[in-house]
Amino acid sequence: MKRWSLYIGRRLLHMVLTIGIIASVTFFLMNALPGTPYNNQDRLTAAQLDMLNRKYGFDQPLLQRYVSYLKNILHGDFGISLQFSDQPVSMLLSQRIGPSMQLGLQAVVFGTAMGVLLGVLAAMHQNRFLDVFCSLFAITGRSVPNFVVAVLLQYIFAVALNWLPIGLWNDGFRSTVLPTLALSISPMAESCRFIRTEMVEVLSSDYIELARAKGMSEIRIAFSHGLRNALIPLITVLGPMTVSLMTGSLVVENIFAIPGIGEQFTKSILSNDYYTIMAVTILFSALLVTVIFLTDILYQIIDPRIRAEGAK
Amino acid sequence: MAESVLDVRHLTVSFSTYAGRVQAVRDISFSLGRGETLALVGESGCGKSVTCRSIMGLLAKNAQVEGGEILFEGKNLLHLSNRAMREIRGGKIAMIFQDPMTSLDPTMKIGRQIAEAVRLHRPVTRAAAKLRAVELLEMVGIEEPEKRYHQYPHAFSGGQRQRIVIAIALAADPRVLIADEPTTALDVTMQAQILDLIKDIQKRTDTSVIFITHDLGVVANVADRVAVMYAGRIIEVGLSDEVFYDPRHPYTWGLLASMPTLAAKDETLYAIPGTPPTLIDPAPGDAFAPRNPWALEADRLAEPPLFPVSETHAAATWLLDARAPHVEPPENIALRAQAFRKKLSERSAAL
Amino acid sequence: MMKRNKEMTKAVSLVPDSAFVPCKPGETEAEPPLPRALSFLEDSWRKLRRNKAAVVTMILLLVIAALAFLAPVIAPFDPNEQHLSWKNLPPKWPHVSIDGLNGTTLFRGRRVDSYALAKVPEGQYFLFGTDEFGRDLLSRCLWGTRISLMIALVAALLDLSIGIAYGLFSGMKGGRWDHVLQRILEILSGIPSLVLVVLMLLIFEPGISSIILAMTISSWIPMARVVRAETLKIKQMEYVQAARALGATDAKIALSHVLPNISGIVIVRAMFSIPSAIFFETFLSFLGVGMKIPNASIGTLLNGGYKVFRLYPYQMFIPAVILCVIMLSFNLFADGLRDVFDPKMKEG
Repeated sequence: MKRWSLYIGRRLLHMVLTIGIIASVTFFLMNALPGTPYNNQDRLTAAQLDMLNRKYGFDQPLLQRYVSYLKNILHGDFGISLQFSDQPVSMLLSQRIGPSMQLGLQAVVFGTAMGVLLGVLAAMHQNRFLDVFCSLFAITGRSVPNFVVAVLLQYIFAVALNWLPIGLWNDGFRSTVLPTLALSISPMAESCRFIRTEMVEVLSSDYIELARAKGMSEIRIAFSHGLRNALIPLITVLGPMTVSLMTGSLVVENIFAIPGIGEQFTKSILSNDYYTIMAVTILFSALLVTVIFLTDILYQIIDPRIRAEGAK
Repeated sequence: MAESVLDVRHLTVSFSTYAGRVQAVRDISFSLGRGETLALVGESGCGKSVTCRSIMGLLAKNAQVEGGEILFEGKNLLHLSNRAMREIRGGKIAMIFQDPMTSLDPTMKIGRQIAEAVRLHRPVTRAAAKLRAVELLEMVGIEEPEKRYHQYPHAFSGGQRQRIVIAIALAADPRVLIADEPTTALDVTMQAQILDLIKDIQKRTDTSVIFITHDLGVVANVADRVAVMYAGRIIEVGLSDEVFYDPRHPYTWGLLASMPTLAAKDETLYAIPGTPPTLIDPAPGDAFAPRNPWALEADRLAEPPLFPVSETHAAATWLLDARAPHVEPPENIALRAQAFRKKLSERSAAL
Repeated sequence: MMKRNKEMTKAVSLVPDSAFVPCKPGETEAEPPLPRALSFLEDSWRKLRRNKAAVVTMILLLVIAALAFLAPVIAPFDPNEQHLSWKNLPPKWPHVSIDGLNGTTLFRGRRVDSYALAKVPEGQYFLFGTDEFGRDLLSRCLWGTRISLMIALVAALLDLSIGIAYGLFSGMKGGRWDHVLQRILEILSGIPSLVLVVLMLLIFEPGISSIILAMTISSWIPMARVVRAETLKIKQMEYVQAARALGATDAKIALSHVLPNISGIVIVRAMFSIPSAIFFETFLSFLGVGMKIPNASIGTLLNGGYKVFRLYPYQMFIPAVILCVIMLSFNLFADGLRDVFDPKMKEG
């Protein structure tokens, strides 16, 4: 037990350190950006620029600004958005985190559930029609970028068929359907493929043979012994899945005009909105690092074999 | 012979691989009596496991049974539906696997794995299945069964795991137990314990056992009858004593000669020269001929049939044909046979 | 028993008496020789050839690559030449009269010949139509594919070399070096690569080389990890220990023992990194931070098409289809290669 808390403590420390380093790197990178963060920079005179720089503290030495930036982050203050009416970035983002979270969760849950189901079916019908179909689906899901899927879905279901809203976030669940589908493609493809490989391996193992010798039906074997063993390693792809979701959300939110973090980030990139870009970068990184940390811990808690080694 | 429980007749199984069709089992027949232990002996790849998997209906997808029948309780198992076969499997015929380290689901408590097997074949409640599982654990010699019921496989040693696998096999009181090299993966002291356990259980429950092994030493302790397999065929079959002390097939001679004995001290172990043939398009004649120092011209012309030696003993070698030249078995085999005959005559004299 | 006896007698009667003499030593039939062992390449090629999807996609990729390479020769127009009066013309194919490919558009419920309206001379065809500036989409697609493929290839090559160098060094050195290098990797992989790429693109001058550079910054990491892990494994092998005992230097071992043995895995990885580089390029250009207009790349074509896709869907769908075909081909081909070189690898 003591080893455990030590391990978790060390991992936590690593995590904080990583996020700190990422924050610093982002800070210096942003300060190396060409141009100014003001949206009407072309029309500003030198005097006006000076004034603005003083106002936002850009006239202070880099190191001093760096220290105060880090300090502020610790208090949850990510600076103010220079592009969007001087709102504090933390406020700007906290308003937008809801839709992004909802979409992300819906996409992960729906995507993995469908992916796992398809993967299991594929593994059970190895090299037959269903398997080929699932593999094709998985590889298509991996090959077709989600923004293309998003545009296609939008065109078919909103423009041509007019079944669902074309975008925006004002129609309750109905307006989440298309973006969720578009976002869920990559977790679906990823987990389908992963589960299939795992299942094929598990289904050829001795304990499955023993379950067959017990007289169990193939379906029961697949779901009670097979899936049980194949699902545990699925945790390890949760990290990459999060990344692909974040990536997807950048454009998908844009396409469907959803007031989420991704859409904000795209806007900020195109307008050099320093503090927002930094805040989103740190937010995304923190999310990724946390997911990796949690999956590592979860993996060890769930798998009885690793759990035993950890306790030794 | 006691009433027979399982009859295998002219079973032929082949595998299609990309290199060609592999004839893994070629026309083998044997029967298994009630409460009897039959050992299938042979080197790896001789078809003994394939035979047992055919009985269990657990052949790989690329295998096909080309002929023969497997009769169990009057039904040909090869013609049963999947559903009917599932009831036999684990219920009437159970199997113990070779490697206990990998044959238990690592993510499921062992108790549940046993209880699951109980409930598959008996209409009992969860609680009753649990009781039965604990009982089984006790029966196979796991101490503190209630406590260990809740542990995962990794908490058990190899020998203990094999006991658990045996408990799973016994869950539904099967009529036939197939043990596929159950001791090969264990160390020697464990081997003896597991063998004792199987023997003991068999005595108590009157189960018939098919014991697959490549180790004649193991066979001597447990088997009533022995069938020696080579290249997909049974080449010698008989009562344990007959095969051990009066073997007739040169391959059996080779097998016995390659077994260490305590009697001889500085002996070098005999090794049968060569390797078993590939079973893709086997050449005509006796498959063992190329490795057989006593091979006859006849061996190259035709496969020898099983020549009866006694009512219970038969061997497939042309050496047993009336026209064959007389061949002396190797010295140590001959000595064994002498001792055996002496013992037999003493026994009949005593009677 | 009776039946068996009969069979036996029959079998016995078939063998002539003369056959019951011992074989002379050496006369017993020799074992049939084993089939000749295939060389590594032959074996790989044989396995790859059996995978139909891999063969088809390989051919498809070769065709696409050839078309892209020959873009300057075969493109019917200058990809950047504007012809404003011919803007947004739908695709028109000679001798094809299917709606959608015959140069007509649906206008207030009626089919209108857009080519006639725009006063395009007879015999002038735009197979993929034209965009909002009247540029020929076919030519732009050819050039765009060329640029996207080039970016992907160079990026893959770069992260291949950096990844191998980093991974080999880290794995061969071991100890403290390895520890430090691994921590650096850990931190780098904590930054979502997309965010990193976007940041880089904001800093660099826009253009092909900065896209490549920006992509390389994050994409070499998985390669470095794989190479390191394999290096550590191979380092433990007895033949490497033997080479070391014979006085081989680290560099020698890395080049002559480790590298050849990881080549399969590396090739597969590299094949997978090409489609992901293509994806990144399109993604960035679609976002508006990638290639700068008027240069065509698949991403900018998609971006341009997306802006007008409700009115002229073909302008979006044509590049989208091209992108999907390329991505699918690369992924399927890489899958095929993986089955050949590294069947145990789970992740793409």
